[in-house]
Amino acid sequence: MQLTDLTMLELAEKLAAGQVSSVEATRACLERIQRVDPKIRAFLRVDEAGALAAAEASDARRKAGTPASPLDGVPVGLKDLFLTEGLETTAGSRVLEGFVPPLDATVVRLLREAGLPLLGKLNLDEFAMGSSNESSAYFPTHNPWDVTRTPGGSSGGSAAAVAAREVFGALGTDTGGSIRQPAAFTNTVGLKPTYGRVSRYGVIAYASSLDQPGPMTRTVADAAALLQILAQHDPKDSTSAPVKTPDYSAALEQGVRGLKLGVPREYFAQGMEEEVEASVRAALREYERLGATLVDVSLPHTQYALATYYLIAPAEASSNLARYDGVRYGLRAKDARGLKELYSLTRERGFGPEVKRRIMLGTYALSAGYYDAYYLRAQKVRTLIREDFTRVFQDVDALVAPISPVAPFKLGEKVDDPLSMYLMDVYTLPCNLAGVPGLSVPCGFTKAGLPVGLQILGRAFDEALLLRIARAFEREHDFFRRLAPI
Amino acid sequence: MPVSDFQPVIGLEVHAQLLTQSKIFCGCSTAFGAEPNRNTCPVCLGMPGVLPVLNERVVDFAIRTGLALECRVNAKSVWSRKNYFYPDLPKGYQITQYDLPICEHGKLLIDTPQGEKLIRVRRIHMEEDAGKSVHDAGGGQSLVDLNRAGVPLLEIVSEPDLRDADEAVEYLKALRDVLVYLGVNDGNLDEGSFRCDANVSVMPKGSSTYGQRCELKNLNSFRFVKQAIEYEISRQVDVIESGGKVDQETRLWDVNKGVSRSMRSKEDAHDYRYFPEPDLPPLHVTTEVIEAVGHALPELPRAKLQRFVSQYGLPAYDARILTAERPLADFFEACALRYPDAKKLSNWFLGELLRLLKEEGSTVSSVRFTPAQLAELLGAVDQGTVSANAGKDVLAEMFLTGRSAPDIIAEKGLAQVSDTGAIEAVVDDILAKNAGEIEKYRAGKKQVFGFFVGQVMRAMKGKGNPALVNELLKKKLGD
Repeated sequence: MQLTDLTMLELAEKLAAGQVSSVEATRACLERIQRVDPKIRAFLRVDEAGALAAAEASDARRKAGTPASPLDGVPVGLKDLFLTEGLETTAGSRVLEGFVPPLDATVVRLLREAGLPLLGKLNLDEFAMGSSNESSAYFPTHNPWDVTRTPGGSSGGSAAAVAAREVFGALGTDTGGSIRQPAAFTNTVGLKPTYGRVSRYGVIAYASSLDQPGPMTRTVADAAALLQILAQHDPKDSTSAPVKTPDYSAALEQGVRGLKLGVPREYFAQGMEEEVEASVRAALREYERLGATLVDVSLPHTQYALATYYLIAPAEASSNLARYDGVRYGLRAKDARGLKELYSLTRERGFGPEVKRRIMLGTYALSAGYYDAYYLRAQKVRTLIREDFTRVFQDVDALVAPISPVAPFKLGEKVDDPLSMYLMDVYTLPCNLAGVPGLSVPCGFTKAGLPVGLQILGRAFDEALLLRIARAFEREHDFFRRLAPI
Repeated sequence: MPVSDFQPVIGLEVHAQLLTQSKIFCGCSTAFGAEPNRNTCPVCLGMPGVLPVLNERVVDFAIRTGLALECRVNAKSVWSRKNYFYPDLPKGYQITQYDLPICEHGKLLIDTPQGEKLIRVRRIHMEEDAGKSVHDAGGGQSLVDLNRAGVPLLEIVSEPDLRDADEAVEYLKALRDVLVYLGVNDGNLDEGSFRCDANVSVMPKGSSTYGQRCELKNLNSFRFVKQAIEYEISRQVDVIESGGKVDQETRLWDVNKGVSRSMRSKEDAHDYRYFPEPDLPPLHVTTEVIEAVGHALPELPRAKLQRFVSQYGLPAYDARILTAERPLADFFEACALRYPDAKKLSNWFLGELLRLLKEEGSTVSSVRFTPAQLAELLGAVDQGTVSANAGKDVLAEMFLTGRSAPDIIAEKGLAQVSDTGAIEAVVDDILAKNAGEIEKYRAGKKQVFGFFVGQVMRAMKGKGNPALVNELLKKKLGD
């Protein structure tokens, strides 16, 4: 067994026991990145010097018996949407090429303080807009389970790096499924926390009312351990919830006996791939066997989630991305004559087609005369979607459902068909619109060996229960022990 | 129809910079005059990923202002984004309040030739200021200074209740006085910390339908406000008179030429695409907070003026000047506690103290003597220890040095001579030298009496007690 095959907690145990050093673990990652990343292309930037320096500091702490956290010394990667002081951060966009942030995102600071070496920045769909990593301005990332296929998106680089054991864990962000869908596509665990649970400060904004950072790992316990570090109230983020951080690992092994799990019928619509549905259905039966009660429930406004999301998210994005104007940082069209041309040339060259599409959608939705019909209406429907969840959570403890209607698709397959790409998110969007937490846990493989994920949705700030439910399944079916053939 | 057949209708929008130490959404200093882009941070520079955090002091100032203008303070108000591209707007949007401002439905009393008039205040909302663009910086370049970006502003919008330029100026002055009294704004029009835009329209007298309005910008003095509004009224009347139609547009006042020119028409108007700011939750203000701010509210200019008239028995003219600025009014009251004759005190303030302050170009806060010292001086004048005239010189010296009146009187030998014998000797001497004038006086030319007083005072270097001098002269001249 290679060092990089260990889970985060397994490595942490060895670090604590002095059986391995953080420098060794970090070097193992760097070597593996060097060997496999040319095939995966998960990394936009590797910070070898920074990671090794952090690893050395970690080893010193371990030696002194003063580790900063249980995960002190465990190397991880960051989606390139998180600001890293002194290290280029691009959001996968040309418009931020060469941008070196003057500050760390709050979660980056928390990871540093907890002693985790940061291996570098991971590829993503440009500004997190996409479901396949193909809208990255730099290159698409490949799925370690089948390099002709997408690892999903937008946190595809994070998911692929975890699945390819280039990193022990990673941070992603989830605006409409961007943590959960790539996790499902790569046999990894991805958790989108409750909106407000993890600070957004220093996370490049796509859609502010939906964006939420979260952990991406190989096991449920790793996700719990990483969330333990990330879930802190942040006074720099006014939407960060002043809620106490529970011990996410405490109840992990308590099982699901006696729990009521809702199965939302709207999440098993026509058009789902048979093998995906079969895997998910098998997982549901497994929960029954483990003592949970399955309850057929309805979230009647689910059918409007897609339309609602594609009004609200682009509307916010059109405003959030206005700052990329070539005036202060990032790309600047130096040949522009006059202000208007500076704006139009910079933005024309700096943004890719998907970003432009969403800026135009959002600008339109907010325009005078259309605002009421689009943006305002979408906000009202969003309230109804949120109420759907509130209602069912009066009856059930959590919901279990598919993540994606399909298994990982071929790179290039949907690139020219934005609408069918948008439809990939149909089961993940409602969770963001409602602000509730959602988790993706591996639940099987198709015959072709492609991963399938199970989605678990819960009440606001009930992450601990989601992790416990996911762990109950993982204990019986340790798909995470299957390693991507790379 | 001549201009007099038209009724102008005017509404004003005031942008007042708040006197907070730090900006509205970050910790940067709001100090004026720093080196360009010195007072900036990733938040007010609009870096990727950063988020606004509300400065609570701004809310306190807004509530204070709202209560002073008798507004309803909304328990819930909402932040919005106003989207437009400009280099001095780093995020590409301004965080402001739109649908639900913090304060609504207020009022402000102003004085007009017809008496008091109530001007309704439609709304007050909080927002961030933009930076400053410096054009023609050379080499065909423009420069941007973001020190001002994120400085907190209150926008105070009146209803279109003003009917001519004078009323508009009265409203602005009254509003400025209130803001300065509250300590939320420095009232400085030149530096742009108190800015005004005017919406002006005209309609035929007797009509109840407002005409098409134009917005006037760049009115950075009360004089320009008056000039620009008057110009705009006659411009609109001319347009209508010549059979034309007033177009909705924004016009810029050209200070040098004394005319306004069109800045943008309705067609070029921005679509600001307002929507609720997702980075800031709605603002909730509790009744307790509103009440606490209300209790701490200072006396406002108008109330203070009325109290100065009733409590001190001062003429309205005096009271208006004394209450024009809060520190002056406070200083007056501190003196009035120690010196009972308010009218006499007011005369010294209006006649002497304000002149000294004006000559020195300073304000009452820099006065070097204490209220007790002033009361001491005025007491000395009343008791005849020093003459009123010499007292003025003593005050000037106190103003310069902060030394006490008795010290100055002693040192300069300004003490009044009330010794009858000494005065009599001088009177006799003067009369002896001016036999001719005595003749004239006795022949009925009574003005000559003043001549004798002057001669005696001169001989005594102004120190003779005037009452005694008069008395003795009259006696000797046989009256």
